[in-house]
This record gives sequence, C-alpha cells and structure tokens, in this order.
Amino acid sequence: MTAVSRNEVFRRFRRDRLAMFGLVVLVLFALMAILAPLLVDDDGLSAVASLDNPTWARPSGDFLLGTDHLGRSVAAQFVYGSRVSLFVGLMATIFTIAIGSIVGVVAGFAGRWVDAALMRLTDWFLVIPFLPLAIVLAAVLGRGIWNIIFVISITSWPSTARLVRAQVLTVKERLYVDRARALGASQLHVVRRHVLPNVAPLILASATLAVPISILTETTLAFLGLGDPTQASWGKTLEEAFQAGAISRSAWWYYLPAGLGIVAVVLAFTLFGRALEEILDPRLRER
Amino acid sequence: MRPRFVIGKVLGALSTLLFVVVVNFFLFRVVNDDPVESMFRGRNLSAEQKDRLRQQFNLDGSKLQQFWAYLRELLQGNLGVSLQSRRPVTTEIGEALWPTIALVGTATTLSMVIGVVIGIRAGWRRRSAFDVGSTTFSMFTYSVPDFWLAMLALGLFSVQLGVFPTGGLEDAGTTATGISLLLDQLHHMALPCLVLAIAYVGEYAIVMRSSMLDTVREDYLQLARAKGLRDVEVRRRHAVPNAILPVVSLSALNFGFVLSGSIAVESIFSWPGLGQATLEAIRGPDFPMLQGLFLLFSAAVILANLAVDLLYGFLDPRVGGR
Repeated sequence: MTAVSRNEVFRRFRRDRLAMFGLVVLVLFALMAILAPLLVDDDGLSAVASLDNPTWARPSGDFLLGTDHLGRSVAAQFVYGSRVSLFVGLMATIFTIAIGSIVGVVAGFAGRWVDAALMRLTDWFLVIPFLPLAIVLAAVLGRGIWNIIFVISITSWPSTARLVRAQVLTVKERLYVDRARALGASQLHVVRRHVLPNVAPLILASATLAVPISILTETTLAFLGLGDPTQASWGKTLEEAFQAGAISRSAWWYYLPAGLGIVAVVLAFTLFGRALEEILDPRLRER
Repeated sequence: MRPRFVIGKVLGALSTLLFVVVVNFFLFRVVNDDPVESMFRGRNLSAEQKDRLRQQFNLDGSKLQQFWAYLRELLQGNLGVSLQSRRPVTTEIGEALWPTIALVGTATTLSMVIGVVIGIRAGWRRRSAFDVGSTTFSMFTYSVPDFWLAMLALGLFSVQLGVFPTGGLEDAGTTATGISLLLDQLHHMALPCLVLAIAYVGEYAIVMRSSMLDTVREDYLQLARAKGLRDVEVRRRHAVPNAILPVVSLSALNFGFVLSGSIAVESIFSWPGLGQATLEAIRGPDFPMLQGLFLLFSAAVILANLAVDLLYGFLDPRVGGR
C-alpha cells in the first residue's frame, strides 16, 4: 500500500466507467431511500389501509407495480424496502469494520499471547460457516432490525481483523514509528497518528466490499423469516411473495422489483469497491 | 510432511470444533436461559410438566453441569429430540442428508468444471470479448441472491413453460421404481441444480481467471513458446496445470459447504434436504434441530479446511516440510 494522492485517486476513479456507473446507481438508490415519504404514500405498506384495494392487481396507472395478496402497493414496498437494505448494509459494515479494526490493531500492537489468543479467536470465527451461524444467532436473538445488524457484524469481522493486523505489523516496523517512540509518544498516539492513517485506505476498500455482503445476508435472513416483521424490506417482500404463492399465480410484478433492486445495489457496491481496491492497492492494478 | 505439521493442523481443527460445540451450547442456553419456557411459549403447561421437561432436557443443575451432560450425549451421538417431529435429531438429519448431498454436490461439481473452463479462456486472452463478457456475467451471478434466481427459474420454467416439475424429490405418490424413478428424481433435481450451479460458477471463473493472469507472465511459458509449441499446447500443458492449484483448494473448501449451501434454494423447490429442515427448524423454532444442523454444517466446513491444509502441506514442501 503506497500513498496515492487524493487527486490521483479521484482521477483514476473517474476514468473507470464501471465504477462511475456503480456510483450513479448508488446515488439514485440513496436518494430513493431518503426521499421515500415524498415518492410514495406509506399507506401502501399497511394491510389495513389497503383493504379497499384490489388484490393481485397487475401494474397500472393506479399502482405502478401492481398490488400484492393483501392489496398493498408493491411500489411502496419497493421504495421503503430500499431503506432497510441500505441501512442494514451500512450499519452492519460500520460495526464489522469497527470490531475488525479494534481486534486487528490490538493484536498487531500487543503481540505475544494477546495476539495469539485474538488470532485463534479470529481463525475460529473465520472457519465457522457464516450463514448457518447468522441463522442460529438470529433465531435465538429474535426478530428485529438491530439484531440483524448485530448478527451480520459479529459474523463478518474476522477478515477485516486479519487485514488490519497484517498492516499494523508492517507499519509498526517503520522508522518513523521508532522515531515517534524515541520521542516519547504513547501507544495511543502511535496508533492514532501513524497506524490508523496508513491502514485507513485498506479499511475503506474492505468496507465498501463488506456492504454488498451485508445486504445479501440481510436479504437471505429476511427471506428465511428472520427479518424485522415490522419493516418492509426487499427480503421480506420476496418471502411474502413466495409464501403467498406469487410464483404459481405468475405475479411477476410482486417478486421481480425487489430482486432487481438487490441485484442493482449489490452490483453497484461491488463495482465501486473493486475499483477502489484496485486504485488503493497497486498489486491488484494489473488484473 | 512432518508429523508435527499434521498434528498441529489436526489439533487446530479439533479446537475449532470444540469452540463450535461451546458456542452451540451456550448460545442456546445462556441467551435463552430457560429453553422449556421459550419452546412452549403460549402453551398452558403445569409447573410439574415443566419440571419434567427440564429434567428430560438435562436442564437441572448448573450451567457447567448442563454443558457436561450435553457433551456426554454428543459424544454418544445423541443430538436430542426434534420438538416438531418428536424424533431423534440424528434421524431427521440422516434422512435429509442425501437429497442435499446429491443436489449441491452435483451443482458444485458442475459449476467447478464450467467455471474452470471459463476462467482458463478468459485469463488466457485478457480483455478479449470473451473475457469481458464472462467477467461481467460472473460479477452478475455473484450479486444475485440464489433464492431469487430460484424463484425466477421456478416461475419461468415450471409455471410458465411447464418443462420442469414445481418441486419435491419425485412426483407425488409415484409408484415408479428403478430407472424410471431415478429419471423422475433427476427431472426434479435439474432446475434447483441449475440455479445453484449458476450461483456458484462465478467464483470459480474469477479465481481461475486471476490465477491464469498470474501464470501468463511466467518465464516458463515464454520458453514453451520459444520451443515452438502451439498456443493451445502451451496453455494445456504448461499454463493450466500451474494455474489450477488455487481452484483445487477453493473446491476442497467449497465441498465443506455442500451441506449448508442450499438453505434458501431448497425451500423454494421444496427439496426435502437439510436446507428445508433448517427452514422448518427456524419456523418452529425447533432449537435441538437448529443446534444439530449448526453443528453438522460447521463440522463439515472444519473438516474441509483441515483437508485443504493437509493437501497444501503435501503438495508444497515449503508449507508442510519434508
């Protein structure tokens, strides 16, 4: 990891058409999530408020994406669903990165038995299959949006921890860290001024790539009936569509939009993250 | 391989397994202090009945005593009784095991072969139309939730076109035997298998491609070309055998995920495997069943990891030592 100047990063990024495409898609979805109340009427989410609506209505002028088995507007569910997906994706990533960074910095800096113990723990978590652990945790903890966020972050921090630890180990040996130490800098100072700035770009790239995984996990958990029952999410829409028999009724308008939304957001984050990783990590540039 | 290396790896795997067992026990017992209470929530049970149930589930005594009891039962191959069917968890799992192995095993093998072939071609001619096309496709399959792909496939092929059955292991109430039963089961397996293969293929293609890209620059390929070998020969005899190692270890690892790989997809096609068993256990919630499944899924992955470690030690003397 070498220092690439900020302008250089922007310049390279603008040249990457796929990454720019990903960025545009993300901005659009973010706007949709933020402006949800202005775009659609949230009455469309409530079965009670939708009692008078036709059920299983095809897309029309009244309902842009038709209605579901309870007469609720699929368009409203789609727009509001983006909120949960993006929120869970971002929050879970923040916690994942936080846990991973703390473990990585502590292990790399403390060394000896603390390092050995933390790395053993990391290895254990790395080996345990991710989705089954998430399912078991979610089943035990109960359904709720914060539980989902907790489950995703507690199962996905190990790779970040390893990445950060490796970086800390190389930074620790640099001369300027020795110099700072010789001048009487505290451990905390060294971590804050020298280690974190050096590790930050790497963490950023790994964070961008952690978001799509978090979103996909949230979707799968929601589809398995472990999502927050009170909030519309894309995974929950797909679960309800499947349970209500949307497939045998060929009600494509019910299960197509949510899936496309997931694909678009996940793909956009992946394109964005890969480009970022490539720019920040010279070893990958040749690929 | 040095014996020390092997023993170290085996001990590492055992420690992971023990960690899983501990997590498995305390997660269900500490987070959820009184399983009897939550299992039978909403049902009217007398205090006596509850006490009897607690005794039956080894719930009397301290947490540590309970843990030893759990460990003892586990070592005897007893995973408890399913709350839904009232049958031993091991029986339930045993029945669901083979459909999953058949389905996901086939899908994993299929995607591995196709992914490797795609990766070889893409990596050999970097930035060719084939490379750009296949890499885009791989990224796309990576972004699609597998169960949504399953819903699309079911809607299109089974409901609209009617070329595949809508689910299950075989036709309901079938009396077929022998070859015709097998053909019927293959017909039922085809669509879920195709969906899983598409979901997995991207990973293999990407890994194989990037390994090929590394190999393409190696000197020995230049030498092979200088010898006058044709391009196809260079690729087949010199590039592929060297580039395929990462895929070998990826495949070995992924075979550990065969058991847990199709949790959501199985439920779409009502395939009577471990995935559907998991979903039913979540719905219950059937905690003994979930515990047993989690233990099995983890053990499979731990074993696969151990196999890969040992394989590497065997193939690469720098890792394993002579």
